[in-house]
Amino acid sequence: MKIRAQIAMVLNLDKCIGCHTCSVTCKNVWTSRDGMEYAWFNNVETKPGIGYPREWENQGRWKGGWHRRRDGGIVPAMGARWKVLSNIFANPDMPQIDEYYEPWDYHYANLQNAPESGTMPMARPYSAITGLTMDKIEWGPNWEEILGTEFSKRSRDYNFDQVQKDMYGAFENTFMMYLPRLCEHCLNPACVAVCPSGALYKREEDGIVLIDQDKCRGWRMCVSGCPYKKIYYNWHTGKSEKCIFCYPRIENGQPTVCAETCVGRIRYLGVLLYDADRIGEIAATESHADLYQAQLDMFLDPEDPDIQTLARREGIPESWLEAARRSPIYKLAMDWQIAFPLHPEYRTLPMVWYVPPLSPIQSACESGALGHNGIIPDVETLRIPMRYLANLLTGGNEAPVTLALKRMLAMRAWMRSKTVEGRPEPEALEVAQLTESQVDAMYRLLALANYEDRYVIPTSHREYADTLYDALGERGGCGFSFGNGCADGASSHNLFGNKPLTDRRMPPIKVEPPRS
Amino acid sequence: MNYMHELIFGYYPYVALSVFLLGSLIRFERDQFTWKSQSSQFLRTANMRLASNLFHVGILLLFFGHLFGLLTPPAVYHALGLSTETKQLLAIIVGGIFGIICFIGLTMLLHRRLTDPRIQATSSRADNFILILLYVQLILGLITLPISMTHLDGANMVALASWAQHIVTFQSGAAALIADTNWIFKLHIFLGLTLFLVFPFTRLVHVWSAPVSYLGRTYQLVRKR
Repeated sequence: MKIRAQIAMVLNLDKCIGCHTCSVTCKNVWTSRDGMEYAWFNNVETKPGIGYPREWENQGRWKGGWHRRRDGGIVPAMGARWKVLSNIFANPDMPQIDEYYEPWDYHYANLQNAPESGTMPMARPYSAITGLTMDKIEWGPNWEEILGTEFSKRSRDYNFDQVQKDMYGAFENTFMMYLPRLCEHCLNPACVAVCPSGALYKREEDGIVLIDQDKCRGWRMCVSGCPYKKIYYNWHTGKSEKCIFCYPRIENGQPTVCAETCVGRIRYLGVLLYDADRIGEIAATESHADLYQAQLDMFLDPEDPDIQTLARREGIPESWLEAARRSPIYKLAMDWQIAFPLHPEYRTLPMVWYVPPLSPIQSACESGALGHNGIIPDVETLRIPMRYLANLLTGGNEAPVTLALKRMLAMRAWMRSKTVEGRPEPEALEVAQLTESQVDAMYRLLALANYEDRYVIPTSHREYADTLYDALGERGGCGFSFGNGCADGASSHNLFGNKPLTDRRMPPIKVEPPRS
Repeated sequence: MNYMHELIFGYYPYVALSVFLLGSLIRFERDQFTWKSQSSQFLRTANMRLASNLFHVGILLLFFGHLFGLLTPPAVYHALGLSTETKQLLAIIVGGIFGIICFIGLTMLLHRRLTDPRIQATSSRADNFILILLYVQLILGLITLPISMTHLDGANMVALASWAQHIVTFQSGAAALIADTNWIFKLHIFLGLTLFLVFPFTRLVHVWSAPVSYLGRTYQLVRKR
């Protein structure tokens, strides 16, 4: 057994209001640079929809994730190593930037400088790549916001597999939910596996997956290797970039920017312990529907004294073991089993999990045509089809999702009976299949969601790092920089062609002479 | 003109190769962030599979063909049962085939680089320069083929190979060996040496990083901070 710790995240979709604060704060901090305008380390999609980039879930097209061979082994869906290398001159599975969207800005100056005319002046869009005026914006980030675009287009959503999707096109049957997405910091990352130069790696201490910008050669295999399409090729620098899980903040015990700024308090961060020796075996689980349970089996109980002893032997610091015992992630995923991985069938063992959303009971139920299932409404009558959620979160296995939604409804029934009606209803606990203290704890974490309960992040222990020099050397350093950092040379010109980070092509701004 | 000939074919090779090796080392050591293929496939995928593969396969075989053709001592290929005449014919045929493959790919890539608005906007001067340099060099190389057809005895090829072997083994009098060679060949050699000279300052450095070691690597990489 090889015990490793992972910083994991859970998003409670039941409380996501789709405000995009996470996306915007993340963009402001990390990707507001030339070459990365189109990239959103965190984005929020409206489901059902084909998402960003277009149809990212369609692995028949993009070949992301892992493929289980008939002999039980797994290889990247892009192919074995020789296949990956044979495609190095031109990657056939690589999306063009238009699948995300062509980044643009507007000719705002025209609003002030336009000569007098019979019509209102316009700020027309121009491409951030070429600087040329764009006639019409055809696609952008979050193009499908709140069920935008026609159902026929949105219904290409992969999660409609085995759902009678035609009926959900009708207005009275329609449903929607928000899905905030970021890098999953997988335990079995496919991006790492397909990187020919070995620039991608997983950090041993906290499991954060990073790209070494110096080692990246721009072979761009990771872009197609990642089934979540969360690796972005920076067309300005020629290197790939990805969500860094705000590691400078995590190292200091602070939550990521997306989590910190979430107004709905839907995000949770904490430590999970797992057995790294079982990664290969778990990822190769035969049936898609069993992958969720297999991943649960991989996590280790932080209260178990044997596990603690072994973890200490592996060098996991005491503060991390303490954080693992208090981990909100362990409670949500293991104790109450209401959080699920996104698309476990990609076999990457993702570590950003989701609590499925409840949805309004259909009108038939409200009018009394459909009854209650004892104390709570029948979850099968929820507006979002179980099968849809199961396709999204458990590889098509409906039972765990149904139980999770029942638990969430039962928790509400229990709290309502206790605090509003003043007559605690024990039947609610039976439905939830949980103890009273468990349901109370669930209520605290989900409904009150206090800051210190949501984020239990131990600080990193630089003093245990093999090379103490690294930490000392960073004192008085340049902070975050690209290339040589502060040693850029005397002139602004770089002998080896390093471009300045901002080099935006902009249409010239005409300055009108002052009117006399 | 004698001293110009001596400068270009006697001394320039050492200047070019020194800059090539030292420049690459300094760039790798000092500015590794700039060390990349600078792929533009992401901005325009159309035709890239055909164009880029034709170009790369063509140029890789041409490179190794030149390496083998110029640096193998006659005794070695004679021992392998290859006469001088056969070797020249082989060079003409193989070089011709891959030269044309590379030419098709490079023409497509050059057209794309100079006409596609996205690629135009994101190309540096070095990107355009190196592509045009390769194109001119490739065309010169293709022009040498009909010239070679007029003297199939292989003497000219042997002269060129001895020049290259003299250069890499630091023997004097290398330049004199090719004094009588057709000027097309001389220009081809000059541009070839120039390619080595500018190599460290262009995207060509990605050639050093051909990731063959990936074939023997484990899939997962875990690093301590």
